[in-house]
Amino acid sequence: MSAIGASTLLDAGSAGSVRPSGGGVGHRGVVAARRLLRSSRMVVGVVLLVFFVLVALVGPHLVGNPNAFVGPSMAGPSARFWLGTTMPGQNIFYQLVDSTSGTLEVGFVAGALATLVSVVIGIGGGFVGGYIDEILALFSNVILIIPGLPLIIVVASYVRSASLLPTILIIAFTSWAGYARVLRGQTLSIRNRDYVLAARVAGEKTWRIIFVEILPSELAVIVSNFIFMVIFAILTQSTLAFLGIGDLSTLTWGNMLNVANNDEALTSGAWWWFVPPGLCIALVGTALALINFGLDEMLNPRLRVYKVSKARRKG
Amino acid sequence: MRYVARKLGFYLVAAWAAITLNFFLPRLIPGNPVEILMSRLDESGSPPPGEAHRLALLLGVGTGGLLSQYWHYLDALAHFNLGVSVTDFPVPVSQVIASALPWTLILVGTATVISFVVGITLGAIAGWKRGSWVDSLIPTTTFLTAIPYFWLALLLLYLLAFVFHVFPLNGGYGASETPGWTWSFIGSAIDHSILPALTIVIASIGGWLLGMRNMTVTTLSDDYVVAAEAKGLSPRRILIGYAARNAVMPSITGFAISLGFVVSGSVAMEYVFSYPGIGYELLQAVNNEDYALAQGIFLVITLAVLAANLIVDLLYGFVDPRTRQSR
Repeated sequence: MSAIGASTLLDAGSAGSVRPSGGGVGHRGVVAARRLLRSSRMVVGVVLLVFFVLVALVGPHLVGNPNAFVGPSMAGPSARFWLGTTMPGQNIFYQLVDSTSGTLEVGFVAGALATLVSVVIGIGGGFVGGYIDEILALFSNVILIIPGLPLIIVVASYVRSASLLPTILIIAFTSWAGYARVLRGQTLSIRNRDYVLAARVAGEKTWRIIFVEILPSELAVIVSNFIFMVIFAILTQSTLAFLGIGDLSTLTWGNMLNVANNDEALTSGAWWWFVPPGLCIALVGTALALINFGLDEMLNPRLRVYKVSKARRKG
Repeated sequence: MRYVARKLGFYLVAAWAAITLNFFLPRLIPGNPVEILMSRLDESGSPPPGEAHRLALLLGVGTGGLLSQYWHYLDALAHFNLGVSVTDFPVPVSQVIASALPWTLILVGTATVISFVVGITLGAIAGWKRGSWVDSLIPTTTFLTAIPYFWLALLLLYLLAFVFHVFPLNGGYGASETPGWTWSFIGSAIDHSILPALTIVIASIGGWLLGMRNMTVTTLSDDYVVAAEAKGLSPRRILIGYAARNAVMPSITGFAISLGFVVSGSVAMEYVFSYPGIGYELLQAVNNEDYALAQGIFLVITLAVLAANLIVDLLYGFVDPRTRQSR
């Protein structure tokens, strides 16, 4: 939950870093790619994320049935069961691999949906202006202020379903508002800059002004928002599943933790059951956050670490 | 004054939106929530006469058209008639909420303020001394913010309560205690609250630290800080009186927003520690299909968050005169 505190603050920090990104792919692209790779945070993040995506895609075909009862109850890690077994005797390593795709799916789909809504409402409202903008801004602020998790829990108690879709929709619906507000602010300031006014005077069509003049300058913010929303969606889904709310039939890391907690893994000392799923969630989240830091560092030189500054401040 | 009126107006709209949303929620369910609730109430004992009618009005599914249902729902709310809880039959919902709320407010409120103050202080230092040891904490805080809160709580619970018996395993107070204003009860309650509070502080401090660090870095390159340096003021004075004072502004806004997540986060915390607060009650209600209680809690949580935000907003207008003028 604390990811939100961090991300909203980061928006404030990174808001100043938006500038029209250059067009050419040639020399500039190479320079940008080199700069990306120079950020060690970025490299670590990308490698980690690619690893988990590969596991999600290929993993389930390589391991056995994660739900089959194959071993003794709550056995510790061994050569046969790498991460031990559950209370009913299922292979925890198989479950861990199989859960990857479900968790990532919720994260990326809900994140993409929320990004889409925030872009449409934030940039659309900011660009159109007038009372439509006022109403959309009010709507965003109201959604932002209504506490999300209790709402999701109450809604989930009414809607019971055996698929991840309601969870995805509900997370997307409750998480777009903060970023819509950021994008609206950006759009309001970009709308009246000289190059946009010039495009208007030159008679460019509205859709062209939005997609060619305004959207590219906000791309960095949008990508960064998307990454944070993916993290938020993964954390929210895991929390809901852990609390026993939503679809419990599809294997996700959150569901594994729910079962582990219900079966007293904690008081039985079965750390091999409840440690790995949480660690995986944290690693995916860290990978995404590192990628975001890499991007932020690249775009906002002021955040880079300079050893020189220390000497200056002391003097 | 216009600023205050504008803020009040917004919160009135938000409160109305939340109340109306709450009105439409029971329509999501296939079937009649009143019948489900009444059958559950019958299982737990004899419900008070007329309860079915009251529930129908409260859940907004009474007789008549949508408008008249809406009117009756508002009327029930205005009289604090939130129905009878199935989970704690036959206690009224309002009473269940009133007894659970203080647990959450005291524990989570204290933990959040501690986390905010410590995080802001460390963040200002990290921004001031870029490249020093405090700055090397940043990657760690990245990892901390990416950790699911409830899992961190599980780990700490496992380590500090199960492996090393430093703290009690769960509950808000010892099994042998009866709630009341006695020293042994208060001591037991404090003993039970340290570990949950610790998990909240550890989980949320990274966000404050990082935000404050970045804002301090940005502020330090502003002209008035350079001017203060040129005047030869002591670094300490520049940091506290010039840089941090202005850099903290976005964090205060963030603090207001985070109040909502104070309550949300507490749901997971109370579940892990079986802590007798409002979040634990909410989960109980949802698992027992106790719709009246679930909706009552949602409404109370939402209105509490709105009120807290209003207070922070008004304080903000007081602290930062610019907001009063520009809006």
